[in-house]
Amino acid sequence: MMRAGLTFLLMTFAGVALGQDNCLDCHRELEDPAALAMSEDVHAQASVSCADCHGGDRTIETEGDYELAMDPNKGFIGVPDPGDIPQLCGRCHSDASYMHRFDPNLSVDQVAQYWTSVHGQRLREGATDVAQCASCHHAHGVVSAKDPRSPVYPTRIPETCGACHADPEHMAAYGIPTDQLSEYRAGVHGRALFDRGDLGAPTCNSCHGNHGAAPPGVTSVSLVCGTCHGVQKELFAASPHQEAFDAIDEPECESCHGNHNIEAPTDDFVGVGDEAICMTCHGEGEPAYGVAATVHEEISNLKGAMAAAREVVDRAARAGMEVSEAELVLIDANQTLVESRNLVHAFAVEPLREKVEEGLALATTAREMGVAALAEVDYRRKGLALSVFFILLLAVGLYLKIRQIEERE
Amino acid sequence: MLSSLGERVFHWLDERLDLQPIQRFVREKSVPSHRYSWCYFFGGATLFFFMIQVATGVLLLLYYKPTAEAAFESVRFIMTEVSFGWLIRSLHSWSANLMVLAAFLHMATVFFMRAYRKPRELTWYTGATLLLLAMGFGFSGYLLPWNELAFFATRVGTDMAGKVPVVGRFLLEFLRGGEDVTGATLTRFFGFHVAVLPMMATALILFHLLAIQRQGMSVPLSQKEASTTNAGMPFFPNYFLRELMGWAIALAILAALASLFPWELGEEADAFAPAPAGIKPEWYFVFMFQTLKLLPATVAGVEGELVGLLAFGLAGLAWFFVPVLDIRSSREEPSRWLTLMGVAALLFIAIMTLLGYVMP
Repeated sequence: MMRAGLTFLLMTFAGVALGQDNCLDCHRELEDPAALAMSEDVHAQASVSCADCHGGDRTIETEGDYELAMDPNKGFIGVPDPGDIPQLCGRCHSDASYMHRFDPNLSVDQVAQYWTSVHGQRLREGATDVAQCASCHHAHGVVSAKDPRSPVYPTRIPETCGACHADPEHMAAYGIPTDQLSEYRAGVHGRALFDRGDLGAPTCNSCHGNHGAAPPGVTSVSLVCGTCHGVQKELFAASPHQEAFDAIDEPECESCHGNHNIEAPTDDFVGVGDEAICMTCHGEGEPAYGVAATVHEEISNLKGAMAAAREVVDRAARAGMEVSEAELVLIDANQTLVESRNLVHAFAVEPLREKVEEGLALATTAREMGVAALAEVDYRRKGLALSVFFILLLAVGLYLKIRQIEERE
Repeated sequence: MLSSLGERVFHWLDERLDLQPIQRFVREKSVPSHRYSWCYFFGGATLFFFMIQVATGVLLLLYYKPTAEAAFESVRFIMTEVSFGWLIRSLHSWSANLMVLAAFLHMATVFFMRAYRKPRELTWYTGATLLLLAMGFGFSGYLLPWNELAFFATRVGTDMAGKVPVVGRFLLEFLRGGEDVTGATLTRFFGFHVAVLPMMATALILFHLLAIQRQGMSVPLSQKEASTTNAGMPFFPNYFLRELMGWAIALAILAALASLFPWELGEEADAFAPAPAGIKPEWYFVFMFQTLKLLPATVAGVEGELVGLLAFGLAGLAWFFVPVLDIRSSREEPSRWLTLMGVAALLFIAIMTLLGYVMP
């Protein structure tokens, strides 16, 4: 009898210790989607129970009287109020020593950052329709941000943000546009992410931040873009445009390249032609007009020289010549073209001209190699024709000799 | 003047080496003259291309470096920096293919003329072995530039060797010098290509030529009557000059191919790169490659590729021992069924080769 009682006690305590969760068991039986989603949830996998967020007592065998488990006296809060969610999640996620148990590299400043965001500020002001933790990460079935199923995985972030920001009804109260998602999709970054699956392509949070999401201010646009486009940022900062843009409170990169729909830049962006962005501010007769015209001309010259070299090298390759050396020189020339295009952001002729001249010299070298290869083709063909002529002459001579011998016989 | 100098040199040599019997042999030697006499030129053409291979191969050896790190660059160096290196390499590659083609045509004509019948069985065995050696030259030489296509084709080719029952595993590791195609494979292929195979080929060619000189050219059964009515063509100078003329034409074709269609270098082999699309062996292996590709995964419960390899093995053995199997020819009787089988085999090879290049 005593042994049976001891066994019962041991089994009961072992069940609780091993993570017995009566909330989950009952709600699964009820086919509650929230409970069903917990099988994939990172929290459930880390033995965080329903009661840890919702309160109540998960260990009580209710036998039909559910109120015993969901007793407010036992801390049961039911569905948390949106305004309370950041604090609720922060109980664990802002506790460095607790989070360290799961991942020593996990940051614990999400809630602090959140309160600095526009979302957090609005929530504090009492808005209930602004994004909080569960809006982006979901409340149940939360998976790691590195998991492609996560709503905050890079390829899904635009859709997650767009769920609210592309919804005109949702945004009506805030008076902000709702075309960011469609514009982003059309731009170079969106195409890189969606069409090429490039996870390095910036998404909403790359520029706006994630937990501390806020639109970058005018002064910080170039800093945000500069995190990836560092060379261009430095060139711009040293250019005459920096001071001029600061003076009129004009955003830097965005003024020429746009924000969400960033077009792939072409060489016609700079110059004095119809598509030239320079001409939206500058006009004929200004010194900047001459600079824009020269910059465009220099780049066009380099492209023309490279195209001419490419044509000759390709012709030699088609003729069966080994042109790998010329190909290497052309790769170097292409690098100078890329660097020349970057130097456009200096908005000055001299540094660009220096780089273009370097590229022109390389293009000339490649072209000369192609011309030499074509001359070699010509030389070989002539040599071949001559040698085949003499070999066939020998064959004809032999034939005549055979005839002569056989006629004599 | 020149003639008297030549006579004096011959006299000097004759006094020391007794060249009179050889001179008599050459004077008296004749070649049967009949409607299929042109077939005799394929053997000479094969020998000519072999000599080109030796000459150009020795020149390539001056610059070629047989290591995985340096092989590709050394071939590039030969093609771009060495004077006429492009021509030597192109001649070597084209001549290799023409040699296999000429050897194959030679074998086919010998087969249909029943030139292997008694007493020329040994000439056939050495010739058949030489054809296999020529294919071995091609297989081992293909890898030496260490380019992408050759690397993966060698991997596929040695994989096939690995499927041979019982000795497959040993064969695969022996050929590769390990589990996979690596620098060790290149080194041993180089060894086969420039030492083992040339040594064996030279010995067999000497025996093959000696046997031909001892026994003379074979006359097809259908031409025996016509051949007995004429005295044949004197070997020297009539046949000799014809042979020279054939070699001159072969050289002109080779020079035109090597100059107009220089052999490509391709991309350097990278063991970690994915296999490129359209890997194919040399054209003379394509019929086997294509047949194995078309075979179903299993044939009567046995792996399809294994069945194919066994069938090719048996066919190869039957072909090699045809002097023994063709009893009718050994009795100087025509054997129509063997001719039909030969035609069927040629058609099979031609169709499979064509499919290999047409099918995706």
